[in-house]
Amino acid sequence: MDDKTIGNGSEEVRIGFFICHCGSNIAGTIDVEAVADYVRTLPNVVVSSDYKYTCSVAGQDMIVEDILKYKLNRVVVAACSPLLHEKTFRAATQRGGINPFFFHMVNIREHGSWVHQDRALATQKAMDMARGAIARVKFHKALEKRREPVRQSVLVVGGGIAGIHAALTMANAGKKVYLVEREPTIGGHMAMFDKTFPTLDCAACILTPKMSEVGSHPNIVLWSYSEVTEIKGYVGNYDVTVKRKPRYIKEDLCVGCLDCIDHCVFKTGNTDDEFNQNLSKRKPVYIPFAQAVPRLVAIDPAACTHLNGGKCEQSCATACDRQAIDFEQKETFEHIGVGAVIVATGFKPFDAHRKPLYGYGRFPDVYTALEVERLVCSSGPTGGDVVLKDGSKPKSVGIIHCVGSRDHQTNRWCSRVCCMYSLKLAHLLKEHTDAEIYNFYIDIRTPGKGYEEFYERLQEEGNHFIRGRVGDITDVPIIPEEEGRMIVRVEDSLAGFVRRIPVDMVVLATGLEPREDASEIRRRFNISCSSEGFFLERHPKLAPVSTTTDGVFLAGCCQGPKDIPDTVAQAGAAAAESLVLLDVGYVEMEPMTAFVTEKYCSGCKTCLPLCPFSAISRDEEKGVAVINPVLCKGCGTCVAACPSGAITQNLFEDRQIFAEIEELLVHA
Amino acid sequence: MGNKPKIAFYWCSSCGGCEESLVDMAEAIVELSTQIEIVLWPVAADFKKKDIEAMADGEIVATMLNGAIRTSEQEEMARLLRRKSQILIAYGSCAYTGGIPGLSNQFPREQLLKYVYHDAPSVVNPEGQDPQTEFHDAGRVATLPIFSEVVRSLDQVVDVDYYIPGCAPNPELVLDAIHALLSGNLPSKGTVLAPDIALCEHCPRLKTKPADIAIDEFKRPHQHLIDPNVCMLVQGFACLGPATRSGCGGACLKANMPCTGCFGPMSNVRDQGAKALCALASIVAGTTNEEIDSALDGIPDPVGTFYRYGLAKSMLRRKVNMEPTLSK
Repeated sequence: MDDKTIGNGSEEVRIGFFICHCGSNIAGTIDVEAVADYVRTLPNVVVSSDYKYTCSVAGQDMIVEDILKYKLNRVVVAACSPLLHEKTFRAATQRGGINPFFFHMVNIREHGSWVHQDRALATQKAMDMARGAIARVKFHKALEKRREPVRQSVLVVGGGIAGIHAALTMANAGKKVYLVEREPTIGGHMAMFDKTFPTLDCAACILTPKMSEVGSHPNIVLWSYSEVTEIKGYVGNYDVTVKRKPRYIKEDLCVGCLDCIDHCVFKTGNTDDEFNQNLSKRKPVYIPFAQAVPRLVAIDPAACTHLNGGKCEQSCATACDRQAIDFEQKETFEHIGVGAVIVATGFKPFDAHRKPLYGYGRFPDVYTALEVERLVCSSGPTGGDVVLKDGSKPKSVGIIHCVGSRDHQTNRWCSRVCCMYSLKLAHLLKEHTDAEIYNFYIDIRTPGKGYEEFYERLQEEGNHFIRGRVGDITDVPIIPEEEGRMIVRVEDSLAGFVRRIPVDMVVLATGLEPREDASEIRRRFNISCSSEGFFLERHPKLAPVSTTTDGVFLAGCCQGPKDIPDTVAQAGAAAAESLVLLDVGYVEMEPMTAFVTEKYCSGCKTCLPLCPFSAISRDEEKGVAVINPVLCKGCGTCVAACPSGAITQNLFEDRQIFAEIEELLVHA
Repeated sequence: MGNKPKIAFYWCSSCGGCEESLVDMAEAIVELSTQIEIVLWPVAADFKKKDIEAMADGEIVATMLNGAIRTSEQEEMARLLRRKSQILIAYGSCAYTGGIPGLSNQFPREQLLKYVYHDAPSVVNPEGQDPQTEFHDAGRVATLPIFSEVVRSLDQVVDVDYYIPGCAPNPELVLDAIHALLSGNLPSKGTVLAPDIALCEHCPRLKTKPADIAIDEFKRPHQHLIDPNVCMLVQGFACLGPATRSGCGGACLKANMPCTGCFGPMSNVRDQGAKALCALASIVAGTTNEEIDSALDGIPDPVGTFYRYGLAKSMLRRKVNMEPTLSK
């Protein structure tokens, strides 16, 4: 303990009370002068005053001066939420020479003026709350924050554009980065896109240089085809287990010559190519796409004859002059320690089967947007030829917006990117086929830089825009022009009648959803999610990339639908937040943790299963529970449950709480 | 005889078990009787109240008073003995925390009297008589003490120096206390004269309790066969051992019954029932309301389970719509 700090608990308690007007936020409803006058009459209160803005520099200075002038050793401030200004006033208390934990805050704004209208009653309540705090603060003790060093490395989970950008930013700042990607290559959804809106940049041209930079960066350890299976520890010191799935290739030997693929016994693909949205086939030994990073083949155990116990001459293995193919490979586990974690696990496109009236899976020429991305891409399954399943070019195309978005039957949220990618696909389809393009939309949402201009351009290019949610797609014609075509039935809400538009091709602008295993990932990283399942930021405005778990940050669509510019910006922000954590080099642990008084612990094990942070273990030799103060978050669960009263929580000791409650209720 | 330390035993609202526990000291009490002078022990010898009143204040070295305080007579005796004794010891659960009689604090006085004198199936009271504090007959007056609104522990009535817990206290504990008393080797005032650690500390069954215990069903001891070697909680019996002071030697567990909590809480627990409730509720397995409700169905009487001995002294204390007529 700092020698200069006063307050060892034995000297006379001298309390200073300060009540804040918060402009009119508090003073508008509570008679703050009356509260100050009342508190002045309470035992041990030496000074009691009110101030317009106690959190201001002048207000803080007043506290510091009064501490010195009146030799205070306790400070109580009645103001807003401790969430907002507890730190401020603790710091002021410390500047006055008192241990900051001799300070206590009373929230008379959120718990008082903002929720009450009756001035007299709200004032009485503020007095009661202040009296409780005055009683409690007598029992406060000097506490100290502890510092723990922060490991100079970061784990990035997910190798889409968010993970790539975050990893590169951290690596360029000189930090060690572990990038873990579930698929055999990084690149994520962006690698599947043909062009990006609104500039029509080629997605591959802007993405693949960043991918190769990741692959060759000296500070980045890239583990593709891998998954994080366990994470333990705490901010600055996470212990992570990564499962490396067998790709049946010795990574250190494979140079990516792809000879094995040429020599596979299957001369053509035998299994659906996920990267091409199953519009083409690939071989069991494969590379997802030409610019994949790492440039390593993988063998798909579900499609490989040999791995399925069948007879195969294993020509791929013999073709490899480096003996890189290893059919005996098993999954392995890597154990790493990192200071921070960036979760960038991305999204899942809405499954169009869930809107059966739009005919996906029933009519061959109903496509999802991602399928069309592959169709228009020159490295896609058709080499960029937009052709229907029968090989012909479409003469008219309907693009249905908001499939699985803004829809009370499926997902209520706006997926934010579909309007713009639909416009982009409309442009590309027109360019590739010169077809008539119909956009069926509810609202066109273009709130990005250059987005509205792009929309105008599309209108000038002669695309049709029909406002209305499509009812269904039918193949039952009622006029000759509809024969053999799909008919989009839609109520045109601008014209006020139902239209039937015959088309050859339908594109469903599917929305963005949380990944299927998002809640599993969420639990693994101990972060929260919003009701729709996207990971929850700590504060939507003030902490948009932080989570409720310190040292775990969010980037990209796992937090909610967003386009590439927003994703990259967010990834940069997550990297910056991680850098702050790493560069400060230590974390300060709040002292409001729980601890076991050994002589009272009977070793009854009640607390052991309760800790959400796995901070409690049992010392078998002594037969007592032990709380790791670094892991303890001060939630109080074990404190309440301990039947012996052997667990105490700093700042929430029984005598403090009961003193507060008893004074609070004394007039009740 | 005159210079042997004077000791008094007295009983208030109690069952007589505490008196039994004194007799359970067996030959030790004979030996003790050579060292002390018993000045009051209504259950065993004929002393009169006026004998005590005749004594000087503080003349009795120590009084061990068992039973809770429910009537005006008990309160009067408690005050008298307090005045005449240097040391007053609350003896047994009832004097310490209100005990079983304290459970009646769940009901208003009028409801209790109505049931006992009119509604109980065994009552025969054709004239509908209610108890009176005075009865006049042939110019003479018979009186009965006032039956107060609530049951109180001894220290809710008078200042208490020490506590011997238990329903009833076991003889070893009592002997230790008396020897400490005679040797003058006493702990600080207010001490509970039993080890300040929960019963689990000494329980041989503890090793069978897993670190991830979760109870999906509470069972009632009389409805199931109980494994004599396995932790009661693991078997689903609401054992209060984790929340109860040791010193009893695990008597109930040796008899293969779960601890019911008679030794009260440890010194830094304010409310044993609340603590026991919190601890057991924390390890209920279910996550849905239905699962939790079904697990808790095995505890049909939570007050009787968690506050069996401690209701009067707990934070709950009594049903809130009552006002006590007797002030402290």
